[in-house]
Amino acid sequence: MKEKSNGLRVARRAALGPYGLWALLFIVVPLIFVAYYAFTDNDFRFTTANIVRFFTATSEVDGVITHTYLLIFWRSLKLALISTLICLLMGYPIAYILSRASARTQKILITLIMIPMWMNFLIRTYAWMTILQDTGILNSFLRMLSLRPVHIIGTEGAVVIGMVYDYFPYMILPIYSVMAKMDLKLEEAARDLGCNSFGVLRRVIFPLSLPGVISGITMVLIPSISTFYISQKLGNGKFYLIGDAIEGQYVANNLHFAAAIAFILMVILLIGMALMQRYANSKAAA
Amino acid sequence: MRKIIELKNVSKAFDGQTVLDNVSLDIYDNEFLTLLGPSGCGKTTTLRIIAGFEQPDEGELFFLGEDIAALPPHKRNVNTVFQRYALFPHLNVFENIAFPLREKKVPQDEIREKVTEMLRLVALTGFEKRSVTSLSGGQQQRVAIARALISHPKVLLLDEPLAALDLKLRKDMQQELKGIQKATGITFVFVTHDQEEALSMSDTVVVMSEGRIQQIGTPIDIYNEPKNAFVADFIGESNIVNGVMLADRKVRFSGQVFDCVDEGFGKNEPVDVVVRPEDVLIVPKGQLRGIVTSVTFLGVYYEIIVDIGGFKWMIQTTQFVDVDEEIGLYIEPEAIHIMKKSEYSGMFGDYSSFSNEFDELSDAESEADE
Repeated sequence: MKEKSNGLRVARRAALGPYGLWALLFIVVPLIFVAYYAFTDNDFRFTTANIVRFFTATSEVDGVITHTYLLIFWRSLKLALISTLICLLMGYPIAYILSRASARTQKILITLIMIPMWMNFLIRTYAWMTILQDTGILNSFLRMLSLRPVHIIGTEGAVVIGMVYDYFPYMILPIYSVMAKMDLKLEEAARDLGCNSFGVLRRVIFPLSLPGVISGITMVLIPSISTFYISQKLGNGKFYLIGDAIEGQYVANNLHFAAAIAFILMVILLIGMALMQRYANSKAAA
Repeated sequence: MRKIIELKNVSKAFDGQTVLDNVSLDIYDNEFLTLLGPSGCGKTTTLRIIAGFEQPDEGELFFLGEDIAALPPHKRNVNTVFQRYALFPHLNVFENIAFPLREKKVPQDEIREKVTEMLRLVALTGFEKRSVTSLSGGQQQRVAIARALISHPKVLLLDEPLAALDLKLRKDMQQELKGIQKATGITFVFVTHDQEEALSMSDTVVVMSEGRIQQIGTPIDIYNEPKNAFVADFIGESNIVNGVMLADRKVRFSGQVFDCVDEGFGKNEPVDVVVRPEDVLIVPKGQLRGIVTSVTFLGVYYEIIVDIGGFKWMIQTTQFVDVDEEIGLYIEPEAIHIMKKSEYSGMFGDYSSFSNEFDELSDAESEADE
């Protein structure tokens, strides 16, 4: 018995081996490189100039001198937060309805939600371009109905639409998986103990779904804060985001500064996530 | 006694499958009423209709004379103890019990006072801060009871609350529940498939089968005067044989004529005759003779199976007999119970395929079902 379980443990370790190697090569080593590049100059000598540049570089925008990268960062954060909030507000009820549907319906709907994820994200973004353009599908449709065409492409709204569309499934799925595991009797118990539907949601379903909400927020916020392509295509390049800045510096062969921006973004996100986790834990303990 | 809940001709079907068929039931103030039956008999559905989780397809439901069929669960003055407790895992013991009071915005001082009182009632003083997931099954059970009682409902509904506990704990909790019911004076409606539990705890037992009420009565009535073969078989062990009522207090079965105490049947009316295993006495000569086919020692008594003219009887006796021995049997007139023929006639009460093992297996199955 003992031997068998030992054998099992060894087998389990061995099975983890390839993943460990993979993680080392493609996660740990690149991270070290990012940090190394961020703190070195072109001759690979230690410097904090790249980091300092992020916080101090200025440029003239609409006749006003602004901190270039802080402004870009703030804009990225704002659009990412709006997208995340929209995803949460739309995704939460969908996840709930999904988790309470019949097993068959659940399977079909999950597949429908996942299908767009199988397509390349550049193609999806191009698709939104053809929809949102001034002469695009949306406006043709509006004209057909004799309504006034709308100008969306090249606005922050278009960027938000693109992000919401791309990252929506990442909000639904973690919330759904927590809700699907929830004991339905808990809802009945809450009703039995005097809660109306809103009370059940507020006092039982929401607190219990919090881990799913947190991971949904994380999974949407992080990619949307560092997204770059969507803003170029749907924002007509007018809304330079932090991801675009990294890409731009990289393309311009300015690897050290690109690494510095990436590094700072990572640190800020880590702090944000740690705070959120702490909030969730304190909520869970209460 | 005041009538608290009244079900009138209630029927309910799920996906075309009838679960409750014209059920009428009165529940009175202060009583411990048990809905007893095998899995799928409709007892849990009855409870859920009273709680408001299910709507009857037909029929009416009254609470103190007022029709409440359309009232949602949170507006009913009844509370439920769920089978697997359904405690809120994100709240500690105190907050679980305080849950209904917080919904009513009761002031904090009063909440503290009431929760403390409830914890005392269920013997969990000092457990306030504990996480409910760290409690044993019995302790979780107590929290569930305290939470359901804290709003002082008129009626407490209990859905197989002891099914998940082990035997010893179950016995203790039976006593304790009975004690809580007496102390609070709240009407308990208790659902179980365990006939022993039903008999030992209840004031009134409602035996159900296939969505219909088979019999309502005190535990003693139900045991001594079962209405049909189903009830006789489900409550305890019964030998049920075909008989013919020759006249008042005269019945013929197993080829012999017996004196009995039942009256009011038609002349020569075919009937079901019930004799409890402990009421058959082993005597040297006897009214009946049979061959012992199996003997099982069960501690206080032996359970033996006797073949009498091809029909296998179960007899419980403290006397030792051997397999293949021929014995004489005597049945007192008071021990013979006559029932009218019913749809259940001939389905129960023959021990030819009996084995303790089978009995336990089917019990476990019905528990897993619900």
